Amino acid sequence: MASQIDQQQVKHVAELAKLEFNDAELAKFTPQLGSIIDMFEELQEQNTDGVDPMYSPTDRVNVMREDVAVKSNEREALLKNAPDTEGGLIKVPAIMDDESEDGE
Amino acid sequence: MKFNDTDLTQLHADLQAKKVSAKELTKAAFDRIKETDDDVKAFITLNEDEALKRAEAIDNEGIATDKLLAGVPLAVKDNIVTKGLKTTAASKMLENFTPIYNATVIEKLNDQDFINVGKTNLDEFAMGGSTENSAFFTTHNPWDLTRVPGGSSGGSAAAVAAGDVIGALGTDTGGSIRMPSSYNNVVGLKPTYGRVSRWGAIAFGSSFDQIGWITNSVKNNALLTQIISGQDDHDMTSSDRQVPNWAASLNENTNVKGLKIAVPKEYLDEGIQPGVRTVINKALKHFEELGAIIDTDVSMPHTKYGVPAYYILASSEASSNLQRYDGIRYGFRAPDAKTLEEVYVKSRTQGFGDEVKRRIMLGTFSLSAGFYDAYFNKAAKIRTLIAQDFANVLKDHDLIMGPTGANPAFEIGSEIADPKTMYMNDILTVPVNMAGLPAMSLPAGFDNGLPVGLHIIGKAFDEQTIYNAGYVFEQTTDFHKQTPKLGGQD
Repeated sequence: MASQIDQQQVKHVAELAKLEFNDAELAKFTPQLGSIIDMFEELQEQNTDGVDPMYSPTDRVNVMREDVAVKSNEREALLKNAPDTEGGLIKVPAIMDDESEDGE
Repeated sequence: MKFNDTDLTQLHADLQAKKVSAKELTKAAFDRIKETDDDVKAFITLNEDEALKRAEAIDNEGIATDKLLAGVPLAVKDNIVTKGLKTTAASKMLENFTPIYNATVIEKLNDQDFINVGKTNLDEFAMGGSTENSAFFTTHNPWDLTRVPGGSSGGSAAAVAAGDVIGALGTDTGGSIRMPSSYNNVVGLKPTYGRVSRWGAIAFGSSFDQIGWITNSVKNNALLTQIISGQDDHDMTSSDRQVPNWAASLNENTNVKGLKIAVPKEYLDEGIQPGVRTVINKALKHFEELGAIIDTDVSMPHTKYGVPAYYILASSEASSNLQRYDGIRYGFRAPDAKTLEEVYVKSRTQGFGDEVKRRIMLGTFSLSAGFYDAYFNKAAKIRTLIAQDFANVLKDHDLIMGPTGANPAFEIGSEIADPKTMYMNDILTVPVNMAGLPAMSLPAGFDNGLPVGLHIIGKAFDEQTIYNAGYVFEQTTDFHKQTPKLGGQD
């Protein structure tokens, strides 16, 4: 497996993560990520056949509690943290592109 | 007034006897902060008006016998949400974020009438080991202002070391309580995974994160940790095990006679700076003289895989946890975003700092199609092997000891350009989080005037044995009594 990550791959992963890098940033991040991924490669030398993966140290499973409704009236407080609001709603740019907007 | 060497039980008694008032204590904390924080920069947000008002109210109500923390000023890491008080995670993304609820640990402290003096600096979203990744400023080490305080709970450790408060909350995902404690000559304990509710700790790596305290003494740490521990309906991983009164057994009868301490050879190998090794060997010798049995014929062969496996798993969890920052409901939204897609991409690109982006990238990569088995799942299997290393050693030993860090605090700016070197600093702390065990960093001595921490690792939910050993060491040494020369005091 190729251990080095190239700029094309970094761009692809950035797209998946909803991030954007300009050319200068790509030139900086690519070797940094490459050297860390090289370090990740060291794990391959350890045989893990038959070893179960561990995703959490917790010993709790399926913790249940009563489904109790509680009153919550925090709409205004919540909206205070929203970047843009209108009429008690969170405002975002148009979701449809221009063409579909014409059809509205 | 100096109270930063105070024992909490004594402080509580003095408050009850009206030898000191909550307002005097709180004023003293802010006086000290004003004296030191221009240099140290431990705090992002100070809560002065509210804290003084609260202290006055508590003085008027009287100090309740069952509220150990009534009127006691403490600090909170700024990735733990506080209702009505700005909580930034040291990120531009949350620069103007004011939570509408309290973390469970804050609710528990409020029940005790504690005084929140303010929110401490950290590496952005707790990602880093120096506070240099804070979007706002770097905290300086009170022992040497040209050096880092460690991270990510660097502000909390520096605030305690500077004598601002006797305790500050931190979070520890891969060493973020213990490493700064080591660099600042203070006591930091990461409790067992599940001991403390994570509700309200801004999520980074959810299977690693744990809230704990950085304090001026072992006993204060035990008292404070007991208060924040316990099962919580808001966090299904929080344990319903009984929370012991750890401090009750810290007294003149506490001893380490016959205690079996393992020192794995990997923990003192050539990667550890000679000055650190000297301090730790002396500390181990001290335990031996106190009657403990030191076993150096121990190996934890998978230690070297801890850093790569941790950075795959924790970054993967981070890439998922940080998806919520999309510029829509709260947090930063890029002013130049014209479409919904641009709101996501530009807000995240402009709102996150470089280290957070690196972790998101590493995590997204490790989880992506074609790489999942080779990276994420491989690392999860290595995690099992690391947990087994601990289980094997702790089967016939009470504790594991070694240095917290391979080196003392480094110069500000010296490692920031080299993320991999920065990650390797965590080699001794991350395995503990992978296994979910409790561990403490304890003042153990100095290397060229810089503090060195002893790392004490225990069995799951056996914080008591760690506290016992730490307490005995502290009572028979005076490293913890040494404080940095700062702000005209020593």
